[in-house]
Amino acid sequence: MTLPSLAAPRPRLHAVFANVTLAIITLLFLLPLIWLVLASLDPGATLSLRAPERIALDNFVEIGTWELTFRPMMNGLIISGLASLLVVVLSALAAYPLSRYTMRYGDHFLYTVLFLSALPVTAIMIPVYTMFVRLRLVDSFLGCILFLAASSLPFAIWMMKNFMDGIPIEFEEAAWLDGASSLRTLRTIVLPLMTPGLAAVSIFQFILMWGNFFVPFILLLDPAKLPMAVTLYQFFGSFGVVNYGNLAAYAAVYSAPVIVLYLVVSRVFNGAFRLSGGAKG
Amino acid sequence: MSSRDNGRGVANAAPRSSTPPKSALRTFRRSVGPVVPIVPAAAIMAVFFVGPILWAVYVGFTDQGLTGAAALNPQWVWFDNFERLINDRDAHAAISRTVAYVLLVVAGQNVLGLALALLLQKRNKAMKTIASGAVVLAWVLPEVVVAMLWYAFLNTRDGTLNTILASVGLPGQSWLIDQPLFAIVIASVWRGTAFSLLIYSAALEEVSPESIEAAQVDGASGMQQLFYVVLPSISRLILTNLLLTTLQTLGVFGLIFALTGGGPGGQTQTLPLYMYEQAFRYNLIGYSSVIAIVLVVLGVILSAFYLYAFRKGSK
Repeated sequence: MTLPSLAAPRPRLHAVFANVTLAIITLLFLLPLIWLVLASLDPGATLSLRAPERIALDNFVEIGTWELTFRPMMNGLIISGLASLLVVVLSALAAYPLSRYTMRYGDHFLYTVLFLSALPVTAIMIPVYTMFVRLRLVDSFLGCILFLAASSLPFAIWMMKNFMDGIPIEFEEAAWLDGASSLRTLRTIVLPLMTPGLAAVSIFQFILMWGNFFVPFILLLDPAKLPMAVTLYQFFGSFGVVNYGNLAAYAAVYSAPVIVLYLVVSRVFNGAFRLSGGAKG
Repeated sequence: MSSRDNGRGVANAAPRSSTPPKSALRTFRRSVGPVVPIVPAAAIMAVFFVGPILWAVYVGFTDQGLTGAAALNPQWVWFDNFERLINDRDAHAAISRTVAYVLLVVAGQNVLGLALALLLQKRNKAMKTIASGAVVLAWVLPEVVVAMLWYAFLNTRDGTLNTILASVGLPGQSWLIDQPLFAIVIASVWRGTAFSLLIYSAALEEVSPESIEAAQVDGASGMQQLFYVVLPSISRLILTNLLLTTLQTLGVFGLIFALTGGGPGGQTQTLPLYMYEQAFRYNLIGYSSVIAIVLVVLGVILSAFYLYAFRKGSK
């Protein structure tokens, strides 16, 4: 084994082993998705795994109504879209001074933010509900958006600050000497330089909020206001009576936006979407 | 942290600025100005996030209910809710169930995530894209969709898993009835592995190739390199990741709620589900706030446990 000529086969064997193992794990990860794909295209689908007798889009056509699909989708877009927009704007504003200035309580603020970002939001949902009852914010988009934004801000500020720390300060120095205000510098110089970071934070936030079930489930009551996260649960919860082909199609439609966003991010930014903000522990 | 220092000289925002202030107004602007952009975010977090946390602690000492007199006019009951917790066997079962669930999920997704990150090192681009794509796909899917997928996958009659087992001559099972804890653990690991994979992939890129080469020259085997060079140099990120995944897993609600509903017979009723039931089925908001506090305390205890284990390990 110590002969140099024998050193070559081992890495190759190692590579074969690694590739085979990875292929198996990849396959195992994809297995649970097979039913969804087959059932959504199978007009007679059940919970069983089976090849469709006839591949058709009937399921998608059947769920294409305002009450069942389009309204919950629009509600979800309003809630997740506005909340993530709010989070991105506010976290960019907050991250700028934290990244650029030395402030007396800056570090305290950052550690508080880090602590808050680690708290399980689930734990405070019931108190939030009773508090929102008193504030008359239950069953309103505004309440739902504000809470989603508030609970996502700590992590977003942390991510945003880490992205901002990576932008060299030289460009801003010129602008400051010309008398530009710090908000103007942020808008015209810093933010354009960190477009990948901004996109990563926005899309990451949107994906999390689009998939969030507990917050709208607790805070929204009116069926006309529910987003797809909750309507899918209600659909899924009516076992027995449910048409499984329709259910699978519904889940596919609900998942489509986040899958598309993920593909866009991983393609366009190739590596920027690595939670770089969060990873720097 | 380091690039922050660059701003000091130019911005004059630091109180130790050397130029003398020209007027009181200017001094005020200089010391307060930089804080202004933080105010909106801080205000929203204070009102809608920190507020509810403090409110939860307050409500824990009252008999607050969801409806009736206890909703409108809750009474201060001191430690009644904590006493109830001490005598509540269902709550104790939920706590130990939650600890088991969290430890299994965290161990599963960290080991799998780290193994995948190690295997993916030095693979070609196609393999990296496909393998990490499949894993991350499981992560971006909404939790209710994940619950539905696993419901179908583990379904008794001709579910995907039983169909596969039958094709190789193995008997199937009613997984969701007979092995409910296994069901929620495996669904959670499936969903959570990507997070660990992303963090560990980034961490492994930071390991210096020189130290690995040095170990190779010294004749260290692959396993020895892993345990004596690679893992120690990313130990801080392992710790961070253990903490983050533990806290995330403690808060899992939708996945379990939609997959098993806490059943059968409460066998998968973790603390968040128990808390929900106490509040919305039994009208006990005050008590459920105490359970919420327990949930947070559990997070702190588990975190302290990791910190202790790591400190011991590094000695």
